[in-house]
Amino acid sequence: MQIDDLLKGKSEWLKGEGPRSNIAISTRVRLARNIKGHLYFNRASDINREETLEAILRALEGSAFFKNSLFIRIKETSEIDRGFLIERHLMSKEHAHDVEQKGLVVEGKEILSAMINEEDHIRFQVMQSGFNVMEAWRIIDEVDDEVGKLIPFDYSNIFGYLTSCPTNTGTGLRASVMLHLSALVMTDQIDTVYKAISKLGLTMRGFYGEGTEALGDFFQISNQVALGHSEMDILDNLERIIGKIITREEATRKNLMMKSKQEISDRIFRSYGTLKSARIITSNETVKLLSAIRLGADLGLIDNVDTNRINEVLLMVQPAHLQKSSGKTIPPYERDIKRADMIRKILGVEGK
Amino acid sequence: MKCNICGMNEASVHLTEVINEQVTKLHLCEQCAKDKSEEMQAHFGLTDLLSGLMDLGSPMAEGALEEGLAVKCPVCSMTFYDFQKTGRFGCGGCYETFQKNLSELLRKIHGSDRHVGKRPFSSKSEKEGHQVDIKRLREELNELVLKEEFEKAAVVRDRIKDLEK
Repeated sequence: MQIDDLLKGKSEWLKGEGPRSNIAISTRVRLARNIKGHLYFNRASDINREETLEAILRALEGSAFFKNSLFIRIKETSEIDRGFLIERHLMSKEHAHDVEQKGLVVEGKEILSAMINEEDHIRFQVMQSGFNVMEAWRIIDEVDDEVGKLIPFDYSNIFGYLTSCPTNTGTGLRASVMLHLSALVMTDQIDTVYKAISKLGLTMRGFYGEGTEALGDFFQISNQVALGHSEMDILDNLERIIGKIITREEATRKNLMMKSKQEISDRIFRSYGTLKSARIITSNETVKLLSAIRLGADLGLIDNVDTNRINEVLLMVQPAHLQKSSGKTIPPYERDIKRADMIRKILGVEGK
Repeated sequence: MKCNICGMNEASVHLTEVINEQVTKLHLCEQCAKDKSEEMQAHFGLTDLLSGLMDLGSPMAEGALEEGLAVKCPVCSMTFYDFQKTGRFGCGGCYETFQKNLSELLRKIHGSDRHVGKRPFSSKSEKEGHQVDIKRLREELNELVLKEEFEKAAVVRDRIKDLEK
């Protein structure tokens, strides 16, 4: 298997399936683990780090969960490949810096992956379509148990799983759900949500995680507390609160349709018109317009474009995906032209 | 809309800042946004945040504080002072070495300084660990059943079965 093969497959977060997928795009759960007797990244020499990488790769190769997986050494990948893996949410932006002894293992369906030598020795990740926290946990819990038998993790009876950063100490667990909250943004309720969740031990981020802007009304909500609660408690808390946010978004959408159907329709169809007609378009603009169309599809205003198709465009128009699917490096301006072409093709619009 | 900082260029970046629960919205042009983000990183890096937490109301006398800072991890030779600067541990041994200073920090981050979640299968006292796990999971199961959260209860039940094997 090679990185290029991923392009043909459907990434889990794209499927547009799963519980409440009209608002919840995907669910991710990650576990941070370190290997007993190995130094952490800021104290490890290059040789230490190479040993850690080797040991982990060997362990994962021996695990049934990582059969049919892609084993990647980041330094052997091109810049476009790295961007491609980031856009697919398979690795963090940080993982693309100082690539020397870094690794990434991706199971064929892209449900399970593991970053090696990021901030922690291993960062397992399980992704599910829609709002599916418990299923993601069930899988990652089993993977963690199995790999933990093959290679011992740093663990203390007092502090739990030991991590490089004290914000992850304990469970090493971070679960996050990507939500599309257009109606809450439109009605200025998003700030209330923001304030409320931070009091409940959760945090809210943009499209590509830490430090990114909330583009196109897409938000990632995740737990902030990792110690002092069982995994089940943490997940349960997250699930409960996100469930409420989704319900509120749904109610607000309904309300908007009752009170301001014309305004909403106008906004959605203008966006649709722009996407269908544009000849030059940036990825940020595309994401914003697609957000409106996604809303239109859920409200039943647009019926010839399904969520699946929208999610596909959302990913395919990202810079590295665009270049990967064309098989070459393209300068930014030409990308914007190519992107507009591609969107019209996927949306099935004729004309030159 | 014009940029809120320079007032010249068209704003293309929209920023929401939350400071002490006060929400401020900023509309910036690309250049000003770049400057602003550098400024923010300089001011609000996680490291600073962590050191900030550690400085808060430390009850130690100055001499004792210095002594605490000089404590050195025998495995990776990181001092507590080094840890404060970077916000990252050097190895698993640091946790034991800095244990005394750590509880306060962890309580500030997580509201707790004790792990109550899962433990690794490979830990020495595997059987013993399982008994603790099973007991904890049973309690959790009862709670979930009481709350009529049957889907989650099923996950926990399967986990107990696995452990009892």
